[in-house]
Amino acid sequence: MSVLSPVAAIGRSTMGALAAIGRIAIFAGRTASHVFRPPFYPREFATALAGIGYFSLPVVGMTALFTGGALALQIFAGGARFNAEAVVPQIVAIGMVRELGPVLVGLMIAARVTSSIAAEIATMKVTEQIDALVTLSTHPIKYLVVPRVLAALITVPILVGIGDVIGVFGGYLVGTLRLGFNPAAYIQNTVDFLEFWDIASSLIKGAAFGGIAALMGCFYGMASERGAQGVGRATKASVVAAAVLILAANFLLTQAFFSV
Amino acid sequence: MIKLDGVEKAFGRNRVLRGINLEVPRGKSVVVIGGSGTGKSVLLKCILGLVQPDSGRIMVDGKDAGRGDRDAFLAQFGMLFQGGALFDSLHVWENVAFRLLRGSLKRPREEARAIAIEKLRRVGLKADVADMYPGELSGGMQKRVGLARAIAAEPQIIFFDEPTTGLDPIMAGVINDLIREIVVEMGATAMTITHDMSSVRAIADNVAMLHGGVIQWYGPVADLDNSGDPFVDQFVHGRAEGPIEAVR
Ligand SMILES: Nc1ncnc2c1ncn2[C@@H]1O[C@H](COP(=O)(O)OP(=O)(O)OP(=O)(O)O)[C@@H](O)[C@H]1O
Ligand SMILES: [Mg+2]
Repeated sequence: MSVLSPVAAIGRSTMGALAAIGRIAIFAGRTASHVFRPPFYPREFATALAGIGYFSLPVVGMTALFTGGALALQIFAGGARFNAEAVVPQIVAIGMVRELGPVLVGLMIAARVTSSIAAEIATMKVTEQIDALVTLSTHPIKYLVVPRVLAALITVPILVGIGDVIGVFGGYLVGTLRLGFNPAAYIQNTVDFLEFWDIASSLIKGAAFGGIAALMGCFYGMASERGAQGVGRATKASVVAAAVLILAANFLLTQAFFSV
Repeated sequence: MIKLDGVEKAFGRNRVLRGINLEVPRGKSVVVIGGSGTGKSVLLKCILGLVQPDSGRIMVDGKDAGRGDRDAFLAQFGMLFQGGALFDSLHVWENVAFRLLRGSLKRPREEARAIAIEKLRRVGLKADVADMYPGELSGGMQKRVGLARAIAAEPQIIFFDEPTTGLDPIMAGVINDLIREIVVEMGATAMTITHDMSSVRAIADNVAMLHGGVIQWYGPVADLDNSGDPFVDQFVHGRAEGPIEAVR
């Protein structure tokens, strides 16, 4: 043991992370190359649409509602320190739509969808179902990965849009019922304040985060080692990677969209 | 014809295959025997390209297995995996008819379903299992569904990894007859892994014994009892004493 061993450890994990990013990039490239080449699997795509999109609605709705409400309370309390309580509708709208909506929906999708994709594909890997697919002349990336990633790219922006609306509605409920805002004025203020680009950026973020979430689930599932432990490790790694990448991508996208 | 020439495969420091030479003639049934963990399953996976051999050549009908159109190559194979490897998100009949529901062999769902039910019947399963999920079946039933899936598209080359393990003696007899029938009537080439000596005698034209990473003995099934090979003798008679160590 030397004093340098923590440094060496940091170096090793940095190298490991770089190697993983390289492998993920190759995997993403291979997935993209299969999107437009037949055969296509509409049944798997439909199942993925329902699993990723429709069944995520309750969790997305709850997350957004409570966050919008809490946001209104905080902005009211914070704004009161310099007599700016009136900005609640505007700040709730911009905070929800530009940042919290996409990020929280992205993280909930990482928790709910990435984990289930990773566990499912990893189980298929360790029980030789992936090998069986290959022997049945079916490409695992085409059959398992492409439908899930496409479904996430399409449905997560929609979920983010719904989350934005419900989040703003959460702020509206707290604002009008607890903080004494006039209902009509609250809505008017929100609508007047939001610009096209606020909403477009929100949906673009949603697509990016959805793609990341599904891709991480597939990547770590396919890379799973043998046994139940392998499945567990793959699932954990996929959720961690998806969450970190979503937050990093959020920073980069915010930087790209809104920095002047 | 399948021809293996000096095929080697190691996992880390575990050298599993150390130079396999084997010829499986077209339309013949070859049974591979050998101790647990000697690499029989790995051997089949190497031929299919599921495991990449470290060295050596594998030829199928005179063509290099690793090159050329992979879809066309795999389309001539059927494989029963040792663990069944059924898709647990699909119904039993969708498993059996997997190839018939998509890709180049695609046909209407009703027709594919009828074929699946017919194949299930051939492995001794009633039509009412067709709409169940694999998780609802016993181990032996899953094995037979795997078998039905392997033969569903009537491939020219079929690999069976322990087809009768976990089956009762009567069902094992049914499966042995089925494999024999597929080879004799459909002219398919079969490679079967089994530990069941009565299966060996029922199925095999030729027997290959895998030991120490090489084909220790290869010959017609009629010579199995007087092979003159102490390894084969010990294995066939299930003796604890002999050149094969009991702890591996
Ligand atoms: N993917 C893999 N990674 C690492 N080692 C492997 C892998 N697949 C097989 N092995 C090793 O290769 C050896 C042979 O395995 P294989 O499954 O071929 O045995 P087998 O002869 O089929 O045994 P059994 O009769 O018990 O099924 C074993 O030691 C196993 O641990
Ligand atoms: Mg085996």
